Amino acid sequence: MKTDKAPSKNKTLVTKLLFAVVGMFAFGFALVPLYDVICDITGLNGNTNNLAAQAEAGEIIDETREVTVQFIARENGGMAWGFSPSATQVRVKPGEVNMISYKVTNNTDQVMVGQAIPSVAPNAAAGHLNKVECFCFEEQVLQPGESADMPLRFFVDPALPADISKLTLSYTLYDITEKSSKLKAVAAR
Amino acid sequence: MSTSAALDHSHDHHHGPAKGITRWLFTTNHKDIGSMYLWFSFAMFLLGGTFALVIRAELFQPGLQFVDPSFFNQMTTMHGLVMVFGAVMPAFVGLANWMIPLMIGAPDMALPRMNNWSFWILPFAFAMMVSTLFMEGGGPNFGWTFYAPLSTTYGPPSTTFFIFAVHILGASSIMGAINVIATILNMRAPGMTLMKMPLFVWTWLITAYLLIAVMPVLAGVVTMMLFDIHFGTAFFDAAGGGDPVLFQHLFWFFGHPEVYIMILPAFGIVSAIIPTFARKRLFGYDSMVYATASIAFLSFIVWAHHMFTVGMPLAGQLFFMYATMLIAVPTGVKVFNWVATMFRGSMTFETPMLFAIAFVVLFTIGGFTGVMLAITPVDFQYHDTYFVVAHFHYVLVPGAVFSLMAAVYYWLPKWTGYMYDETLGKLHFWLSFIGVNLLFFPQHFLGLAGMPRRIPDYALQFADFNWISSVGGFLFGFSQLILLFVVIKCVRGGKKATAQVWEGAQGLEWTVPSPAPYHTFETPPDASLIKAQ
Repeated sequence: MKTDKAPSKNKTLVTKLLFAVVGMFAFGFALVPLYDVICDITGLNGNTNNLAAQAEAGEIIDETREVTVQFIARENGGMAWGFSPSATQVRVKPGEVNMISYKVTNNTDQVMVGQAIPSVAPNAAAGHLNKVECFCFEEQVLQPGESADMPLRFFVDPALPADISKLTLSYTLYDITEKSSKLKAVAAR
Repeated sequence: MSTSAALDHSHDHHHGPAKGITRWLFTTNHKDIGSMYLWFSFAMFLLGGTFALVIRAELFQPGLQFVDPSFFNQMTTMHGLVMVFGAVMPAFVGLANWMIPLMIGAPDMALPRMNNWSFWILPFAFAMMVSTLFMEGGGPNFGWTFYAPLSTTYGPPSTTFFIFAVHILGASSIMGAINVIATILNMRAPGMTLMKMPLFVWTWLITAYLLIAVMPVLAGVVTMMLFDIHFGTAFFDAAGGGDPVLFQHLFWFFGHPEVYIMILPAFGIVSAIIPTFARKRLFGYDSMVYATASIAFLSFIVWAHHMFTVGMPLAGQLFFMYATMLIAVPTGVKVFNWVATMFRGSMTFETPMLFAIAFVVLFTIGGFTGVMLAITPVDFQYHDTYFVVAHFHYVLVPGAVFSLMAAVYYWLPKWTGYMYDETLGKLHFWLSFIGVNLLFFPQHFLGLAGMPRRIPDYALQFADFNWISSVGGFLFGFSQLILLFVVIKCVRGGKKATAQVWEGAQGLEWTVPSPAPYHTFETPPDASLIKAQ
């Protein structure tokens, strides 16, 4: 009769299903790096490279066109810092290295740590804006009332699709004082 | 586990249920556990309904009347969570417990002890979740979708209890799903081939696979939230290199199959009831099975239609738009088959049939608004408005909930051995039908006119449709007490039900006496009883 075999059959089936459950749980976590990889490859979400690009000496400069790069700066969630770019937009030739700076001021009476996160619009351009030097690569520690000029050196990849003539680089500054490892180092000194 | 259950079974043979509370605490009987699931879900339905009435009372007029906005947000959140995870899902699991063994000629569920466990952890999960309302800082107030960072950076301290509650009820659903699959695949009576199974069994088999695929992802999401809140990780925190949009992708990867988890068993119920009262075989059984499987498959590749407005490349928007619209095809096959089953049938209109017909009509309205929402450019206008609220309530209330009510009326005589009060049943139907349409239909207009979801106050021009909606809400809400009364009355007595109960009823569950004995199909049913669908 069928039911005689049922316990061992159940055991095999339940084992398989439990593997599926564990597998799907792991898959949920695997989606996190997968999501980053997909966003990096496609430039979705305005993700830009988080690593300094090498400005190759022989980088070909495309003299035939100019593109506009706009800069946006905002503080997240009412963070009491001043944060603004030195220019709201510049015209650049693809391939040439440009530099602008962002001014930050800590308007509070406490030592704070900020972290700027970049985002590029439109998405299709995100992979073509290369930062040679960027303050967003590291945390910024500011004493009460202190100001700093933070440099950004970048170039637009000549491979930028021809239909894009304007890109927007947006920085959001986050208060990471509580989470920062740097502040602990400062405090320990 | 199963071995010892089989042993228990052999010496339990001639006994009825144990006496007293321990019968319910320790039971491994699928009928007892099914009943407990159904009662639990009904209690949660009333609780979630009470939260909804708080919402509708506040929205009766513009301005702030009864509750402060923070509590209003807790009400919208808890209403959603309790209804989805506490009312609709356990109710379907309860029906699965009661009916699947009876429908496939099995003596019980395959894993009876796990069955007990998967039910009994549920009340604890919900006690924990609802207790957050009394905690400092209040309960979850970020919507049932608990988007980060609302639920991580800005969530109330009680969010941790919410996370553990979701873990527990997720474990309960997964155990329930494993049990259903093991029962259906291993315990069918000889001769009950897969393509002879009633559609309710088929839809539940597919639903169980969906549960196994997506509940672990939900568990993963809330675990990530837990880590972000307490252990300094940054899965969803942009400042730390994470991404809040990732939360939405993960949530909806669970969330979209979840909506089919709540509707596929409903399709199965309606596919059982309509042939009975049309006194015809179900039209297109095979196509129903394939349509269910197609819907389940498609449910995995459409999740981003919930988040068209986050910023997505054109190719992504087109893909998710067309994939979503494709779901209308298998769903249309189903609606066509139900209508074709009724066509030229000898129809009678007992309460289960009324609910089933209302299901077909009103669920289709909800389906149509779903197709409207799938159109990306117009979704930008509808997103997060009452149009969305109207859409998903049409598929969930006169959809899933009506199917559950139809199921209760349909199988109640089999469960209790008595016929329910038909007059009261019809009264319950008509009040619910009028109430639900008054409640949700005006919300379409509110949404098209731009009223956003999840707000305690609104502009004056929305006042008229809101009071109509609130009146419908109270009418629908209080009508459910009739259902409670009908069920209690039927449990206590009434006209004796025959084994077949309904003249046109087909299937193994109608071959056992009414009420169904405590143990059924201890020897498999005769193969001649198993007919092609």
